[in-house]
Amino acid sequence: MASVARAVIPAQEDAAFRIRGLSRSFDGRTILAGIDLDIARGEFVALLGRSGSGKSTILRAAAGLDAGVAGAGSIEVPERRSVLFQDSRLLPWASVIDNVVLGSFAADARERARIALREVGLAGHEDKWPKALSGGEQQRVALARALVRAPELILADEPFSALDALTRLRVQRLLLQLFERHGPAVLFVTHDVEEALRLAGRIVILAEGRIVYDRPTTGVRESATRFEAARLEILERLGVSAD
Amino acid sequence: MSLSSILEPAKSSVRRKAADPAAASSSLLPKPSLPAQRLLGPALVLALWYVASGAGWISPAKMPGPEAVLASLGELIADGTLAGDVVASLHRAGLGLGIGILSGFTLAVAAGLTRLGDALIDGLVQIKRSIPNLALIPLFIIWLGIDETMKIAIIALGTMVPIYINTHAGLRGIDRRYVELGQTVGLSHWRFLRHIVFPASLPGFFTGLRLAVTHAWTALVVVETINATSGIGFMITQARIYGQTEIVLVGLLLYGALGFSSDAFVRALERRTLSWRQSLAQ
Repeated sequence: MASVARAVIPAQEDAAFRIRGLSRSFDGRTILAGIDLDIARGEFVALLGRSGSGKSTILRAAAGLDAGVAGAGSIEVPERRSVLFQDSRLLPWASVIDNVVLGSFAADARERARIALREVGLAGHEDKWPKALSGGEQQRVALARALVRAPELILADEPFSALDALTRLRVQRLLLQLFERHGPAVLFVTHDVEEALRLAGRIVILAEGRIVYDRPTTGVRESATRFEAARLEILERLGVSAD
Repeated sequence: MSLSSILEPAKSSVRRKAADPAAASSSLLPKPSLPAQRLLGPALVLALWYVASGAGWISPAKMPGPEAVLASLGELIADGTLAGDVVASLHRAGLGLGIGILSGFTLAVAAGLTRLGDALIDGLVQIKRSIPNLALIPLFIIWLGIDETMKIAIIALGTMVPIYINTHAGLRGIDRRYVELGQTVGLSHWRFLRHIVFPASLPGFFTGLRLAVTHAWTALVVVETINATSGIGFMITQARIYGQTEIVLVGLLLYGALGFSSDAFVRALERRTLSWRQSLAQ
């Protein structure tokens, strides 16, 4: 069984994420067929693909959550990285602030957690139980938990897909604000084309274990026609016909 | 017949159906509890007892009235024998339970978190579990004699099992998603245990604790009838020999009060510790 080489990218390098020749297969079925992907520091990349295209596989591999899976290639990610899951994954027995502190090892972790909670608009909710919060608020706590680590790279696995449409728009806007303020590199897995176009600076599409599209979204958000054109093009690449 | 009159009844029945689920779901929940509502049943039995013995329907030798029981309770308190017996019983139950909790929890952690512990401990406890605790008394008498050591050992061994089983299940049943979270935030082994594994296993531990407390009292009743010179069980045995039914009843009431209040205490502790869980009963 071939294994994947993992290494830490030092902070002075230009890239915050680098995979080379990453391949994966389960039960003889190829999930990833030798992927190369770089993400620069401060770059927001959306990774799109149909179900089973291997987008979550890349993310889980980068997050180090696939120990024991057969594969080959190399993964380089920074030491300080955060993962946003599809569910908020808050510990139900820990208060909101304790959940945020879980992400930090700094001596002043509690103070940092307070600041992070203020940034996601949840100041004053520190001592509540996660169960007492709405779905959107829970996902914002998860954002604060990711932020408190001052990550160089955020790996997000469809983090907003379980939220209702209005809440999703609000949390997307919040994520953009935080991204602009803190400037981490982001790998954002989603199946929502509009979400990808609204958030990302670059869109990568995965199909049958290969990258089939990799383009910046420059200027797309400035005009409705260009947004629509990009949306249709991406949908077509995803195998959904425009009409 | 107009179209609307045909449609009208159907419409209203639809409307009724639409309203029904809400009504049904609210009546599925038990009604909120009234203050001290649990005391109603016992109070009713007491009243019946009082009336029945006052009217002379039951023989006082078989079942003395509440006043006689209260009077003998007063006497036992006054001459100090009751306090001594209660302290002796509490000591036995408390010590046995304490040892049982400590050993049950330690074994559960060892078996739940290490492969060696699981290989060595789990099978043994499962075998112990299928032997009724009280059936071990003859063997324990041979090994440990008929003194305090035997009594406390029986209580400890019996309470250890439910603590072990439930804590172990809690430790083993941890949601994989939390394990992943621990990995991604880079928790050390110790912090992982402290923040994720132990809190996750607490509900199981409390289930075990409530069973263990109940078991401690049950075991106490049995061991106190074997060569005891103090304790509530001893008091009851003596009273039976001398035909003092009212003292037997005092002993039973005491067992009941101790069992009930210790369970209430554990439940309060559980509610406090697990306040993050909002269950149906709250």
